[in-house]
Amino acid sequence: MEITEDKVGKQILLLGNEAITRGALEAGIDVATTYPGTPSTEIADTFSKIAKQATKQNKDPGFYFEYSTNEKVALEVSAAASFCGLRALTCMKHVGLNVASDVLMTYLYVGCKGGHIIVSADDPYCHSSQNEQDNRYFALFGNAPMLEPTTPQEAKEMTRRGFDVSEELQLPILLRTTTRLNHARGTITLRKLQKPRGKGHFEKDPLLALVPVSARVKHPALLKKMEQAKKISEKSPFNTILSIGKPTDIGIVASGVSVNYVKEVAGTLKLDVKILKLGMTHPIPRKMCEQFIKSCNTIVVVEELEPILEQQFKTLAYDINSDVKIYGKSTDHFSRLYEYSPDIVADAFSKIFKVKNPFQKPVQPKLKLPSRPPSLCPGCPHRATYYAVKKAAPKGTIYPTDIGCYTLGKAPPLEIADLLLCMGSNAGIACGLSISTEQKIVSFMGDSTFFHSGIPPIVDAVHHNHDVVITVLDNRTTAMTGLQPHPGTEYDGMGRPAKLINVEDVIKGLGVEHIEIVDPNKIKETTAAFKRALDFRGPAVVVSKSPCILLESQRKRKSREKKSVYCIDQEKCNQCKVCIVRFGCPAFYYAEEGGIYIDELQCNGCGNCVQICPFDAIFKKEGNK
Amino acid sequence: MNCKTSIVLTGVGGQGVITAATALGKAAVRGKINVYASEIHGMAQRSGAVICTVRIGDVLCPLIATGTADVILSTEPVEALRNITYASKKTKIITDINPVIPFTIAIGGVEYPNLDDVFKEMRSYAELFLIDASKIAKKSGDVITKNIVMLGALAATDVLPFKSEILLETILDNVPSKYKDINKKAFEGGMEAIKNLGFSP
Repeated sequence: MEITEDKVGKQILLLGNEAITRGALEAGIDVATTYPGTPSTEIADTFSKIAKQATKQNKDPGFYFEYSTNEKVALEVSAAASFCGLRALTCMKHVGLNVASDVLMTYLYVGCKGGHIIVSADDPYCHSSQNEQDNRYFALFGNAPMLEPTTPQEAKEMTRRGFDVSEELQLPILLRTTTRLNHARGTITLRKLQKPRGKGHFEKDPLLALVPVSARVKHPALLKKMEQAKKISEKSPFNTILSIGKPTDIGIVASGVSVNYVKEVAGTLKLDVKILKLGMTHPIPRKMCEQFIKSCNTIVVVEELEPILEQQFKTLAYDINSDVKIYGKSTDHFSRLYEYSPDIVADAFSKIFKVKNPFQKPVQPKLKLPSRPPSLCPGCPHRATYYAVKKAAPKGTIYPTDIGCYTLGKAPPLEIADLLLCMGSNAGIACGLSISTEQKIVSFMGDSTFFHSGIPPIVDAVHHNHDVVITVLDNRTTAMTGLQPHPGTEYDGMGRPAKLINVEDVIKGLGVEHIEIVDPNKIKETTAAFKRALDFRGPAVVVSKSPCILLESQRKRKSREKKSVYCIDQEKCNQCKVCIVRFGCPAFYYAEEGGIYIDELQCNGCGNCVQICPFDAIFKKEGNK
Repeated sequence: MNCKTSIVLTGVGGQGVITAATALGKAAVRGKINVYASEIHGMAQRSGAVICTVRIGDVLCPLIATGTADVILSTEPVEALRNITYASKKTKIITDINPVIPFTIAIGGVEYPNLDDVFKEMRSYAELFLIDASKIAKKSGDVITKNIVMLGALAATDVLPFKSEILLETILDNVPSKYKDINKKAFEGGMEAIKNLGFSP
């Protein structure tokens, strides 16, 4: 594997996320934990890939890695490793840090021992998320030193050096990234791999158990550490001033991926500016920033989402009685919404500096183009479950859903996603609806989500006897993020055998009295099971069990099993369109000359369409692939 | 070195767009030229629209400003037009001519536009190269190599700041030996298709 090569100075192409993993390897990582979530996933998947390969060869990868049950557990496992003096990394998507925030807030009081990097992968524009919260606030909120890389190369360096900073301060470091860093590819220069520490030792200390007395000691200690962090920030190589063009009193302040756009656009617009590039953004290097303000008469702050640097610069300017003019979000030149681009930065600069924007205005095609949203795969067992539910449930039934592939059931024709907030929310929302309306409720969550945070609301439903139907769509994997294992699989993230926890065993243990276990590919039986669940007064849980079709296709490829495909007998087809307008399998299409056909390349051979066709027009044909 | 090459790669999830973008990036590293690329992953596997940008040379950011792409390389005609904002008169649009009909059309309410209209509109913005990449890929041995056909087509133009051999070697280095032959054929088929359109760098 190129990423584990110990060739100092070699240049390789890496994804920002892979660069973070490489940085951790160069720092001698001992323990890495995660709960998968776009755009953070490849950091963990790379650890997993390396560990699996080692397991296969009966070797020790040198580090421990796990896909934890959720982000909170992930952070706890890593924090404990750090308490024993080991180096740890925890990565998650931005909303994952909400789940882990209960740990984070007090962990910062306690402090760490071995270096610990917490990666937050934020998602401006919500490319694959339910919100675009700015997790830099967590650094300010909890007093976490924060690093924000601009390029994949810098992501690697910040990760590597971040461990040293973390150990110097005895504080975990927040490495805050965004999609355009996580999923950028760039050239990386390799440094030496460091040997991990192996096993650590836990030194007992009464102040590590946070009760009020110790918390009152630890809070001022944390603030003192942050004073020390300010000194580190002043000298940090990640905070630099770059000059473009002639000497000038125009300054740009930027961090993260925005620095890329600023540099590119300043060059294109032929501006004379100096750029204060902040890499360590909490705490900011106060003296350096004050000097910068004093050397400028105009400052433009370029940062995606919230005006966090902008507000700090305004405060600094006020404190030193500077009359520097600060442009940014408060002057409406930049938005608090979505992600930035060279065009957006050029547009703002052209207005502020009164120069021509060299880039043409964005154009939309004149022709009306069909949208191409992602959809449930052909053969996806969720489609069969949804179809059965729609058959069984009365009109007006509310469908709270959750985070995963099955959220794609929101799209027509299934339209079976009415409410969605966050991981695990389906069942809690279902409970609340059951006491607030007479409408029937069927909620959905995946198996990975069930373990992540779906269990407590089921407990609530049982204890209070809420009249709800909660569905666990058990497809044997964490599908949406790329088929990662979870507590319900018989192997772990290092490719080793693991104890499989059965969803239905857990549900039985919770005291659910009405449990239905179905194979959704048997649509009639599944429909009947949902009808029984809906008739039951009180909480009913349906476990709909069938492996993800991508997992199945993978298995078939490996075992060289033939994939069967299905065809439509045009003689029998009555063009009732149930397969398209109700079932919605994307392998079906209308041919130009008329008639409905199945695209054999797309068909994954689930055969569920045979069951839903009222005219028995669909038949199995042995495929070649 | 003083060059900047900006390429938009687009298509439908599952067509190998990200693989093609990665090969292009790795080829640049092999040719010892700076490269900076960006991709959107999230839902790429589930038949959604995919877009990657690859920038090679003296570039400081991975995203491409409107109207500044040198090439828009697309494995699907409508996806090429969808990204027309990156094109100018100097841009070369190279696209496969075979539509992938989105499922939204089967359900109703929208239509896949007439292909001649799609091509006409693209021609009004940029220089258009149409190739039947699916046919070439099939002829090479597997329709899955369509993305490699497209890379061959790209290499046959004069936009890449490194030799086409470097790109081909990179592609072949990253596939198992039993697939090397069909990938080579696909790449060469793509190159030939552009040359047959009368393009000579």
